[in-house]
Amino acid sequence: MQLMAEDKGEFLLVSALGDRIDAAGAIQFKDQMRDLTQNQKGRVLLDMSQVSFLDSSGLGAVVAVLKAMGPDRKLELACLTATVQKVFRLTRMDTVFTIHAEVPGGLRHAG
Amino acid sequence: MLDRDAQILLDTKSAARASIASDPMAVREGLRQLFDTLLLRSIPEDGRGTAQIVLAEALNNIVEHAYARHQGEIEITLNLKPTELHCKIIDSGLPMPGEVLPEGKLAPLDELGELPEGGFGWHLIRTLSHDLSYSRIGGKNHLSFRLET
Repeated sequence: MQLMAEDKGEFLLVSALGDRIDAAGAIQFKDQMRDLTQNQKGRVLLDMSQVSFLDSSGLGAVVAVLKAMGPDRKLELACLTATVQKVFRLTRMDTVFTIHAEVPGGLRHAG
Repeated sequence: MLDRDAQILLDTKSAARASIASDPMAVREGLRQLFDTLLLRSIPEDGRGTAQIVLAEALNNIVEHAYARHQGEIEITLNLKPTELHCKIIDSGLPMPGEVLPEGKLAPLDELGELPEGGFGWHLIRTLSHDLSYSRIGGKNHLSFRLET
C-alpha cells in the first residue's frame, strides 16, 4: 500500500494508492499513516477511491489511526468503494467516522 | 511469493477449489486467484463483494488463530447454485475454543479512546452468511456457509 500526502491548506489529503487494506498490509498502512500525519495539526482526509477491498484488520488499522490522532485532530474518509462501504456499515463504523462522498472542494486531482 | 502458496485446483462455471498456505500474503494472493476464477467472475458485483469479505475473514481467522502463525494449508471449495454460493473451508489447525464459533458481538462505539480495533471478523461473517456451521472432524476444522449472490 502506497500513500501520497498533499497539503490542501484546510486539510491534509492522503490518497491510498493500493487496492487493498488487508491483514497482510494493515500494520504497514498504520505505520505509514502515523508517519504522514504526525506533524499535522488539523484535519486529515483519507481518499479511499482506489481501495476496492478492506478486511477487519484493515478496518482495525483505520480505527487505530483515528484513535492515535487524539481528540484535537480529526481523521475523515472520502470516496469509499461499495465493498469498503459495506464493511463500515455492517460494523457501524460509519457512525464513528465522517465520510465524504467526494473529496471536499473537488481538489482531488488538482495541483 | 511462491506459486504453491496459493493454487487453484478446480475452475469451472459451477465449482472452484483452491489451496492456500496459512500466511497473510498467501491469503491475499489466494483471494486474488479465486476471484479470477470462472465461477466468481460470473456472479454480480455485490455478491462478489460479500464473498470477498466473508472468505477473507474466515481465512484470516484460520491464519491468526487455528494455525496461530504456524505453517499449514487451507482448502476452500465453492459451489455455485442458482442464487447462492456454497462455501466450505477446511484446515488442520487448532480447534475452535470449546469447538463452537465465536458469537461475533460488536463492542460499543461510544468512546473514541475505547473504540475496538478488532473483533469485527465473526460479526461480518455471521451477518453476511446463512447456515453457518462448524465441526471438528478427524483433527480438521470444517466451516461451511451459504452466501447470496
